[in-house]
Amino acid sequence: MTKHILSVLVENRAGVLSRISGLFSRRGFNIDSLAVGTTNDETISRMTIVVNGDEYIVEQVSKQLNKLIDVIKIKRLKEDETVSRELALIKVAADGKTRADIIQIVDIFRANIIDVSHKTITLEITGSTDKLQAMIDLLSPFGIEEMVKTGMISVERGTNVITLDK
Amino acid sequence: MKLNGSEILLECLLEEGVDTVFGYPGGAILNVYDALYKYRDKINHILTTHEQGAAHAADGYARSTGKVGVCMATSGPGATNLVTGIATAYMDSVPIVAITGNVATTLLGKDSFQEADIAGITAPITKHNYIVKDVTTLAQTVRRAFEIAKEGRPGPVLIDIPKDVSAQFCEFEGRKPVEPKRHKPKADDVEKACRLISESEKPFIFAGGGIISSGACGELFELAKKISAPVSCSLMGTGAFPSNDELYTGMLGMHGTKASNTASAECDLFIAIGTRFSDRVTSDSDKFAKDAKILHIDVDPAEIDKNIKTYQYVISDVKEALIPIIKGIDKKSKGEWTNHILSIKEKYQIGRSHIEELNPNSVISVIDKLTDDNTIITTEVGQHQMWAAQYYTYTKSRTFISSGGFGTMGYGTGASMGASIGMPSRRVVHIAGDGSFRMNCNELSTIKHYNMPIIIVLLNNGTLGMVRQWQTLFYNERYSQTTLDRGPDFNKLCDAYGILSFKAESLEQFEAAFSKAISLNEPVLINTLINIDERVLPMVPAGKPINELILD
Repeated sequence: MTKHILSVLVENRAGVLSRISGLFSRRGFNIDSLAVGTTNDETISRMTIVVNGDEYIVEQVSKQLNKLIDVIKIKRLKEDETVSRELALIKVAADGKTRADIIQIVDIFRANIIDVSHKTITLEITGSTDKLQAMIDLLSPFGIEEMVKTGMISVERGTNVITLDK
Repeated sequence: MKLNGSEILLECLLEEGVDTVFGYPGGAILNVYDALYKYRDKINHILTTHEQGAAHAADGYARSTGKVGVCMATSGPGATNLVTGIATAYMDSVPIVAITGNVATTLLGKDSFQEADIAGITAPITKHNYIVKDVTTLAQTVRRAFEIAKEGRPGPVLIDIPKDVSAQFCEFEGRKPVEPKRHKPKADDVEKACRLISESEKPFIFAGGGIISSGACGELFELAKKISAPVSCSLMGTGAFPSNDELYTGMLGMHGTKASNTASAECDLFIAIGTRFSDRVTSDSDKFAKDAKILHIDVDPAEIDKNIKTYQYVISDVKEALIPIIKGIDKKSKGEWTNHILSIKEKYQIGRSHIEELNPNSVISVIDKLTDDNTIITTEVGQHQMWAAQYYTYTKSRTFISSGGFGTMGYGTGASMGASIGMPSRRVVHIAGDGSFRMNCNELSTIKHYNMPIIIVLLNNGTLGMVRQWQTLFYNERYSQTTLDRGPDFNKLCDAYGILSFKAESLEQFEAAFSKAISLNEPVLINTLINIDERVLPMVPAGKPINELILD
């Protein structure tokens, strides 16, 4: 089982997300993450879907997605030719004794502190899934109170762009 | 001109050439029915007994005519009653457009009276669906719905129209309908396919419903004759190739013939055209046609390599693919391979010797003898469906109408109405089992009211025969909840509906009743009493390779 990144252009209409997530559940495909937002053309949204599975599964996912009327284009991105980022907001338990240690970790990972209280520090980190995981591992001993992740978004390196023509 | 939403809907239907709709009115769709009253000279509305009947009728209409079938229902329960019919059409790739009313846009999402999220409910069983919240987008939505229903692999589309939208006015301008383009094959794929066929020494052709929806029966015939290959049709492909032709070897799969199932196991090239390798065809997919290269020709790219890994494929409308393939292949005369398969066909003929007794084989043989090539056979689901596919001679497409993929018991009565309305010059014989027929026999009142001259042959064995057959073979004869020893008396039921009926307890009685029925121009039911332990044979037990057949 390997991870595959699919970049999907869809019509920005009500119900599109439920059609796509419904397709995954009824065909028994597993999504690792799904991130969606509008593109520079506000009638079009772009999804980055990370699928875990073998070649057969990814092939089927792509073909079945292609049958949805709202799906305009699908492209499988090759991991080594792709830049991927994920954003996480993490609220860590912090008091006078631990605050300095946490700030040090934040600096090392080039994360940002966006909120502080007497008992917590909230930070944001952007990076690859691996980088986020490394930071989470280091913060865990302090006690992670809350964590939110966006899911991965990806774009091809270089001049390649995914355009509208089907 | 300014029209309201309901009138725009009907104008768009007329644009698409729709002259018949099947439906049932109700609160949320009242505006549309009011417009139908105004348009009653242009659009024929068939009022069914239940929305499910309307959905199946639209499906039967589409399958028999090749046009898009249209059904309509009100919101909530009206809409959900269409669901089984829509799912049936989806699984068999039948183009229908289902129109539902819904509560007004201001009431949507508030658990209003008779509200259901029918777009959400039908998302997995439609090619696409719409909720129209703005009357100015209604016309383009209806037009697009028809295009989607027809293009590529056909299928159902649902349009949900809230009540305020069907009342609002806006400017409407007529337009000619767009005929969807046929998908053409890649020249390279065609060339590879031609080479495979030319090099093959033991080719076997398996044709599905795609041949019928693409109108490629002539091309299929030409291909088979040019390479003298044995041909099998799937249940959905029944009628795509003349079943009385020498090269035809019968169905393939769970209830396939010895000849077809052997051919699939022994061929060196399995040519699958317009078919999707259903589990009822392949059984154990790892052992299916394992000595053969698979050449798959289909319009839906998602079917390639889905159930069976192909050696070569051609993604195309099958007619568009077959035309250049036929040109590009060498002619082959009937050699050792085809003769070998045809000798198996000769040796293991389906059907039995005791043809003078009243049994499914003899009954259907009588129907075959007394009806012409244009007769449309509709069925329900179960043993009688397999018998109807096995024993009747189909020489033309769109003459066998049956729920294949979804296996919907209760499908046939509605479908027979759709076929009868859609093809008024043809005779419709509805071959039904008593279990399935009981499910939707309420539609007898519709059949009577519109005087649809359907001959219903009820193969009455007092049991859910197919399930009983499995209980006999695999559940040690524990007949759990399959014995239908509780009526109704189908002849009395027909009396109540004012429909002429006969009871047949011998083959002579059946033949007399059927001859009488065919001479009349009105609906007739023949309650045909057959033995409870009749079986569908041959049969491949679930999960076994298809060449391991139970023959008797």
